[in-house]
Amino acid sequence: MLSVSIGTIIWTSIAFLTVLFILGKFAWKPILKAIQEREESIELALRAAENAKKEMENLQSSNEKLLNEARIERDKILKEAREAKELVISTAKGKASEEAEKIIAMARESIHNEKMAAVTELKNQVAVLSIEIAEKILKQQLSDEDKQKKIIDNLVKDVNLN
Amino acid sequence: MTKFFAGLSALFMLLFSSFSGFASGNSEGKFNAGEMIMHHIQDAHEIHIIGDFAIYLPVILKSEKGFEVFCSSHFYHNKKTAAISVHENQIKNIEYFEHNGFALFHEKIYYTNEQGELDFDEHGHPTNQAVTIDLSITKNTAGLLFALLIVTLVFLSVAKAYKKNVNKAPKGLQSFMEPLILFIRDEVAKPSIGHKYHLFMPFLLTIFFFIWTCNILGLIPFLGGLNITGTLSVTAVLATVVFVITSINGNKHYWGHLLWPPGIPLPIKFILVPIEIAGIFIKPLVLMVRLTANITAGHIIILAFVCLIFIFGEQSATAGYGVGVGSLFFMIFMNFIELLVAFLQAYVFTLLAAIYFGSAVEEAHH
Repeated sequence: MLSVSIGTIIWTSIAFLTVLFILGKFAWKPILKAIQEREESIELALRAAENAKKEMENLQSSNEKLLNEARIERDKILKEAREAKELVISTAKGKASEEAEKIIAMARESIHNEKMAAVTELKNQVAVLSIEIAEKILKQQLSDEDKQKKIIDNLVKDVNLN
Repeated sequence: MTKFFAGLSALFMLLFSSFSGFASGNSEGKFNAGEMIMHHIQDAHEIHIIGDFAIYLPVILKSEKGFEVFCSSHFYHNKKTAAISVHENQIKNIEYFEHNGFALFHEKIYYTNEQGELDFDEHGHPTNQAVTIDLSITKNTAGLLFALLIVTLVFLSVAKAYKKNVNKAPKGLQSFMEPLILFIRDEVAKPSIGHKYHLFMPFLLTIFFFIWTCNILGLIPFLGGLNITGTLSVTAVLATVVFVITSINGNKHYWGHLLWPPGIPLPIKFILVPIEIAGIFIKPLVLMVRLTANITAGHIIILAFVCLIFIFGEQSATAGYGVGVGSLFFMIFMNFIELLVAFLQAYVFTLLAAIYFGSAVEEAHH
């Protein structure tokens, strides 16, 4: 063990250096290269995933923004529509009441006219009737002589007084 | 879980039988714990599996006659005994193995004399000349080649999996190895070295998985008690590679601070510079010694618990069984600790190597 043997040294040197060469060329080089390449590809994949995640977040936030904008737009449109509705209703109401007023005015006028016509008619009727009544009264009053005389007298009396 | 523990204890029981085989094979009769432990952590020319069954490894020697290649079974099947006289009238028998003009004693190979025998002095040391260049595939060399083969096959298949499912989640073996690879890259290389870390990744990954595999192999029973990373020769090579890579990649800033530290009075420079120069050698030496010592110590502790059983067993069988139960639990505990140490030492070696590389490529920032 503790004595150094030339044979062992020579065999060890030859065998070890040969194996070092063989493994270095055909094992360690491809293995280390493969490991490094795999590590790089994994890192690349991780970075891509990270990017995708970030992009996704961006997309999500932009979606949110778009949604917000749409909501605001909708609110605006709704508000405008409500305003338009109110405007239409109010104008319609105005027009309607105007029309109604007009109609009422016309009605009132026509009622007035009718009334006036009726009154005139009535007046005419009354005049005719009063004439007829007066005629009948006169006919009755003047049916006897006394009464005629008395009227004349009264009339004459009045004249005298004048 | 109970199944798991039953299996584990069965394993240990088998392990004891292999040790007892060794113990009974000792002709002296008396059980020598120190010898037994040293024998097990030492390198060998065979992989001793169990009992008499062993895998014999090739012996490769460079002698005056040229290269000699033969199977180590020739040694192990030809045991010889030499009788030497220690002091007066005391005879000691020493065993060694012999084959074709070579002798194997304590796993070291010597030339034999004309009679084909090994001579010893009165201390029991061989007086023959040792073979200087022994290129045998020893137990630990075989274990090391096996570990490297496992690491190569595993990571070539993992690399194939990466090529097959590009940019997909890892599967199977790939998904087991990826956290470890990422651990070395993100927790060891990047903080210690800085932006030039990719230059050193192949080395750091290879050394981490290699040391870990070797440490684990050393914990598996029936593999002859491999002690790969506990062998100084192996860790010396690893430390040398670390030293060479650090020195080659050392930039102007590194060498400048080492050889002529700025902003320090001249007399202190004469003290500091030798220390710094010694430091560049001490650092890899420390790497080497730490790994060897930690792994060997783990093996020694586990073996010591095994030895306890035999030491008490020699007194009485009852004591042997009693201690055996206690030892078993301690061994199970130590094996779990060693599993952690196996990872930890691989990590520490890799981390320190990365820190040395980091200091070599650090840019001036003042």
